[in-house]
Amino acid sequence: MAQVADQAQKFVGGGILRKEDPELLTGAARFIDDMSIPGMLWVSFVRSPFAHATINSVDTSRAASMPGVRAVYSGADLADEWADGLPCAWPVTEDIKTPKHWPIAQDKARFAGDAVAVVVAETRPQALDAAETVDVDYEPLDVVVDMEAALADGATKVHDEFENNSSYVWNLDVGEVEQVFNDAAVVVKERYYHPRLIPNAIEPRGVICQPNPAQGEYTLYSATQIPHILKVTLALTLGLPEQKLRVVAPDVGGGFGSKLNVYAEEATCLALGRKLGVPLKWIETRSEGYLATIHGRDVIQDMEVAADENGKIAGVRANLLADMGAYLQLVTPGIPILGAFLYHGVYDAQAYSFTCTGVFTNKTPTDAYRGAGRPEATYAVERIMDALARRVGKDPVEIRRLNFLAPFDEAREVVTGLSFDSGNYDASLDKALDMFGYDDLRAEQQRRREAGDTKQLGIGVSTYIEMCGLAPSQVLASLRYVAGGWEAATIRCHPTGKVTVITGTSPHGQGHVTAWSQIVADELGVDFEDIEVLHGDTAISPLGMDSYGSRSLSVGGVALHYAAEKVVTKARTIAAHELEVSEEDLEYSGGTFSVKGAPDKSKTIPEIAFSAWTAHNLPEGTEPGLEETHVFDPPNFTFPSGAHLCAVEVDTETGMTNIVKYVAVDDCGKAINPTIIEGQVHGGIAQGIAEAMYEEAVYDENGVLMTSSMSNYRVPSAAELPTFEIDRTETPSTTNPLGVKGIGEAGTIASPPAVVNATIDALAPLGIDHIDMPVSPERVWAAIKNAGGSTVDARGAETTGAGSGTGSADAPGGGT
Amino acid sequence: MRRISLTVNGVKHDAMVEPRQLLVYFLREQLALTGTNVGCDTSTCGACTILVNGKSAKSCTLLAVQADGAEVTTIEGLASNGEMHPLQKAFHESHGLQCGYCTPGMIMASVDLIANNDAMSDEDIRMGLEGNLCRCTGYQNIVKSVQQAAGEMRSPAST
Ligand code: FES
Ligand code: FES
Repeated sequence: MAQVADQAQKFVGGGILRKEDPELLTGAARFIDDMSIPGMLWVSFVRSPFAHATINSVDTSRAASMPGVRAVYSGADLADEWADGLPCAWPVTEDIKTPKHWPIAQDKARFAGDAVAVVVAETRPQALDAAETVDVDYEPLDVVVDMEAALADGATKVHDEFENNSSYVWNLDVGEVEQVFNDAAVVVKERYYHPRLIPNAIEPRGVICQPNPAQGEYTLYSATQIPHILKVTLALTLGLPEQKLRVVAPDVGGGFGSKLNVYAEEATCLALGRKLGVPLKWIETRSEGYLATIHGRDVIQDMEVAADENGKIAGVRANLLADMGAYLQLVTPGIPILGAFLYHGVYDAQAYSFTCTGVFTNKTPTDAYRGAGRPEATYAVERIMDALARRVGKDPVEIRRLNFLAPFDEAREVVTGLSFDSGNYDASLDKALDMFGYDDLRAEQQRRREAGDTKQLGIGVSTYIEMCGLAPSQVLASLRYVAGGWEAATIRCHPTGKVTVITGTSPHGQGHVTAWSQIVADELGVDFEDIEVLHGDTAISPLGMDSYGSRSLSVGGVALHYAAEKVVTKARTIAAHELEVSEEDLEYSGGTFSVKGAPDKSKTIPEIAFSAWTAHNLPEGTEPGLEETHVFDPPNFTFPSGAHLCAVEVDTETGMTNIVKYVAVDDCGKAINPTIIEGQVHGGIAQGIAEAMYEEAVYDENGVLMTSSMSNYRVPSAAELPTFEIDRTETPSTTNPLGVKGIGEAGTIASPPAVVNATIDALAPLGIDHIDMPVSPERVWAAIKNAGGSTVDARGAETTGAGSGTGSADAPGGGT
Repeated sequence: MRRISLTVNGVKHDAMVEPRQLLVYFLREQLALTGTNVGCDTSTCGACTILVNGKSAKSCTLLAVQADGAEVTTIEGLASNGEMHPLQKAFHESHGLQCGYCTPGMIMASVDLIANNDAMSDEDIRMGLEGNLCRCTGYQNIVKSVQQAAGEMRSPAST
């Protein structure tokens, strides 16, 4: 029984409990590793330990003789399996350099973890054991790890066929940028580094390929966010007839972008299924995933803002280096471009310049990770707003208010030429300040500063915006993305009054089954429990563009709304016919058509579904059945926004930084399910705090990943995270009739600058105005030491820290 | 191969296992109890947490032979008579799960946590679940779920 929190009789807007939960709570869910097929063999990959090496030879003979081994192949052995390399669907410029990316490397390994051979055996341990005995003769080559070094003259090239390591340069200039910067009273310029992150969905990736050799048919089960995109792209990569390929995403244990790709392992398992004609399974080990699953971020930003002496912004200029890693995966080059239009944030500007250079290095490829391009933009904008505030002597809140775009509820064009759907940035900030107790915390901060307290308080503000609802297909075309941005939904009204919904979105924790049921229950007046939502199987849901970029509700949910409208339109015709009135004489509400002025003459949607099925008495020209499909191509993006405030306490003697208060007020437009929204916000903030304080993928100079397992890459546990206080404002989107904007990534986008701004604010009296993420105790402590010790009182009245000579003696966390 | 005999979710099993077989794979592959998940290879994530003789344990750190003679409970054995365990109910009602992959481990760890601790603050729960990672929820609703279940399990009505 669904519980409706707010409004009885109405599901949309209520904190309905999730339909998805029972199987997940009882162990009955079916994740990829829970599935097996009789006769199934196991696949394991041999991966290069070198970041860059020529593959002289691959000797598979010893592995082939290991117990249970059925086949061993090198990249060269499988060369004929591919009609093309793995796809990059977003060649962002006309002259972008896109290297061939074979699923199994043939000539060279270009990052540590690049697959160089594959083993097929009867059991999982046999496959893993045999993989260790494949003898690969590598000739190590020079390695490029650092982006700036990679771009230097004479740098070792990741791909010999290109003249250098620059994949592309993408640029957007609007207005008189040079002149605005030349004329500005104040120019602030800073450099930020966005660390490389490892997504760490708790379920590792995995694939099962089930061939039907007699029919030349294949079913590929994959822990993926994108079964539909996978079907098209794998058909192309393998030269398989697409109508013979079915892709299924079973229960998927989180994605965050890491399962939004077309991976070597998926292509290889499909190729091996075709070659061997038997079912095969591969499950990633976590440490393997650290190398072979895409990473996120890894961007250097030179950020500049031009303003008048009061801090009123005139122009922004951002220049990025974005690490592609060794290859271009599905949307690798496009990730920075997803943020390219947002480097002015929620602030007004007349001149705008954004340039991004995509750089090849000998590292794991980067791609979409929760937020994808927009956390990078937001971080740069919100950091530089604080820098500007310090420069002109204003409070961070004041500088933001001065520059906010004034509230608007009709779409308005901004400097980049984009049209923001609606926004009220003051409203969310006001609410957040109130919840936070901003003035009191500022007073407390002042008190501690004056007292020279070792524990200093810092306050960080982040008034973010993101661009969601990917995407109008024509805009994608202009950005050179090769696919469309539409989404499909089908509503099938059964004669028994029950309803099946088929969606092209592919949830992996977001609760679409619940939210989609809410939408349909309200629009068709059907009970919430009588609705089944099907997804994630290309045989059941043939049309779809899948789930990423906070698009599912604002594109897929809206498609569902339009499908429901079509159902109602057809049902109206049938109802009018049966009630012997004209369609105009019918009123529709909550699933019931009633005759105006004679409300006892009525028909419900389930009644009409039955008539449509018997087809005994349908109006002329009406087809039997009550089922409608709608494919929605959004006319614009959506632009969720909000205000996040963070208070940290920094121990100036140890560098320990603790979040003492975190308030978030998000505006994702109209809410379908506030409980699910709350969960998305919590999880998003946690991932952003993880980025700000804990996580960083570190490579050594040889391109070896030092943070190579979950035990030395710090995914925070409950003990490392605070409690969040959250609320919402609702400014309906003008992009779609539901007024929804999307919430999947907001927390991850908003929180890193809130945390880092707070940390820097705490240390401002020491003259510290910059610390890179993650703001670990080591890094904070080092910044304090570099600033001359932990004396907080700017006049140096009280010295609490050690002098530089003894600095290392009281280093905290030594040996960790 | 070694012979082991153990009780899992109240059912006695005699089985032959490889000496190197991990308990988690024995449960998943030999007993088809796939509710216990594997999320890492470094004993870090806690997705594989079960109860061994009433104490929570990461089943990826134990060999199947070490469970010889033990009483094991997995997520599949938690509900009784078709009624969800208070923790399962609380995770549902407090939205303590999203993708659900960490959830069986999180719940099994919480069973032990509640059984072995008196009234817990949110902070106690956070510390107590330190060995279980969740990438979806940000933990806040997990803490709320455990708090809710603990209240229910300790209320006089249920004892
Ligand atoms: S599987 Fe991660 S701790 Fe056991
Ligand atoms: S609910 Fe997805 S990892 Fe916890």
